[in-house]
Amino acid sequence: MTNNTSSGTTAIALAPKADRHFDRKGLVQMALLGLLLLVPIAAYFMGHIYYVNLASRMTIIAMAAVGLNLAIGYGGMVSFGHAAYFGLGGYVAGISAYHAFDYSLFMSWPISVPGSDSLLVVWLVAALLCALLALAIGAISLRTTGVYFIMITLAFAQMIYYFANSWPTYGGEDGLPIYIRNTLPLVDSSNSLTYFLICFTGLVLAMAITSRLMKSRFGAALTMARLNDVRLATAGISPYPIRLVAFVISAAITGLAGALYADLNGFVSPTSLSWHFSGELMVIVILGGVGRLYGPLAGAVLFVMMETLLGGITQYWQLFLGLVLLGVVLFAKHGVMGWLAGREHNE
Amino acid sequence: MSDVVLSLQKLHKRFGALQATNDVSLDLQQGEIHALIGPNGAGKSTLIGQIAGNIRPDEGRVYLADTEITGMNIAQRARLGLGRSFQVSSLAEPLSVMRNVMMGVQALQSHSFRFWKPVARDQQLLEPAYEALERMQLSHRAWTPVSELSHGERRQVEVACALALKPRALLLDEPMAGLGPEGSAKLTELLEALKLEVPILLIEHDMEAVFRLADRISVLVSGSVIAHGDSQAIRQDPRVREAYLGDSDA
Ligand SMILES: Nc1ncnc2c1ncn2[C@@H]1O[C@H](COP(=O)(O)OP(=O)(O)OP(=O)(O)O)[C@@H](O)[C@H]1O
Ligand SMILES: [Mg+2]
Repeated sequence: MTNNTSSGTTAIALAPKADRHFDRKGLVQMALLGLLLLVPIAAYFMGHIYYVNLASRMTIIAMAAVGLNLAIGYGGMVSFGHAAYFGLGGYVAGISAYHAFDYSLFMSWPISVPGSDSLLVVWLVAALLCALLALAIGAISLRTTGVYFIMITLAFAQMIYYFANSWPTYGGEDGLPIYIRNTLPLVDSSNSLTYFLICFTGLVLAMAITSRLMKSRFGAALTMARLNDVRLATAGISPYPIRLVAFVISAAITGLAGALYADLNGFVSPTSLSWHFSGELMVIVILGGVGRLYGPLAGAVLFVMMETLLGGITQYWQLFLGLVLLGVVLFAKHGVMGWLAGREHNE
Repeated sequence: MSDVVLSLQKLHKRFGALQATNDVSLDLQQGEIHALIGPNGAGKSTLIGQIAGNIRPDEGRVYLADTEITGMNIAQRARLGLGRSFQVSSLAEPLSVMRNVMMGVQALQSHSFRFWKPVARDQQLLEPAYEALERMQLSHRAWTPVSELSHGERRQVEVACALALKPRALLLDEPMAGLGPEGSAKLTELLEALKLEVPILLIEHDMEAVFRLADRISVLVSGSVIAHGDSQAIRQDPRVREAYLGDSDA
């Protein structure tokens, strides 16, 4: 039976559909993603490994920002502490590799936990631990709003930063090297292009999950929690658990990006936990366009390019970043994506 | 079981030195419109807030049918069948009318931790929401963003949102305010039809609408109910005329 015959109201009840896949927005998005994929492939075959790794870096930072965008852009939760999850993900990769390298145990009591050099294990553990950490931090932080929420998420992240700094077993402030990149079955993760493709897949999956999530019932409730939480409660849905779950998913995505980042660099240090990095992620989300699916990608590409190009000329490159950010905030409220691809419609 | 759907027992609420609700007991019965009138600042919205869960009373209890709801949060009360509209409409403006109304349907059908199926094509959600809109004669506006609606249409959307909950009781806070004579007349008609299904606790300044719609009227002044009765009795009550309707037209 088809939809149209089931009842008189059915056909009218559906949203008017705008099925133009190749409108300006679609083209801009495809171009962005396409360039990010093709440039490093071309660079690899021309022998410029440096650019492949640079693209991996862009991709991973974009993925971390996709996570943060779910909290800030879609959930209205301005977290100033997402470095905590990025860093925790990184330390999971680092610590796991450290113990796998010398066959020691992470802990021996009450259960014995060895290291692992499997990326799949690292990712799973990183996502789970970040989700747990976010559950604890979110449960407390989400009882506040506005500036208090910003400050309390920052405070929690700083606690973890100082903890990592002062824990000598895993390098303390010097950080922890990963001598051999963690591995995947069947593919050679130590190859730079392969690793880029792994990161790229991670980014695309994170974006696809975000997109699908935001179209679901959960996404509808989260959107309402952001726009008008009294309305959501009045409609019979408590905003708090909805926000908390979104916060947890957001942290898990950022944490996975952190694990990828540590393996890319072969190194993880408290820097990845610092408030500077939380701030950079926020800047990227705002640059790209808050609450836009491709915003974090556009923001990360712009950010890493400025950092690389301008950072090579002057150590004061962040001055220019500041100017660009000022321009975006003043003249392109919907970020680079809003400027390139036009305004987003809510329906 | 009696046909009392909602009952307030000895509610008290103080804001600092101000007694906003003072020993208020009243109830709402099946099939009726119970109007709550009173001058500005009498504590009408504060009372609605205590019923819906936005404001905690200092003392007293609230029952929905036989269930005590005093300790419940807003969402729990809503799911039990308490629908409300706000004096200043409270909708998600950038979203379509449909997306606003749908939330209530969603709350009734399941928890909202469903992450996969898109709502835009979910007939289970859309059809009941559409029906609620049809009840308020707004289905032609289903996919219009709330920000593009007129003031009167927003009031109707608020009622439709409440109807989406399949409520056992409706709390409407000045639904006619700012509607103009034509809009008021239309909404009066809609409410008259509605009360057969859902009893309504109606706050309204439009006396014409109140006297036409209300089966019973309670008059609130400075947080206390000073009079209670049918239209006839309230019209003639000297205390009411003095405190509220204005002695001048006596
Ligand atoms: N949150 C609050 N804190 C302090 N005082 C408040 C608060 N909410 C309401 N009040 C005061 O309580 C009194 C009752 O307010 P309420 O909004 O219930 O009046 P109302 O009868 O709905 O009036 P109106 O007809 O103007 O809507 C007013 O004096 C108001 O200033
Ligand atoms: Mg009021």
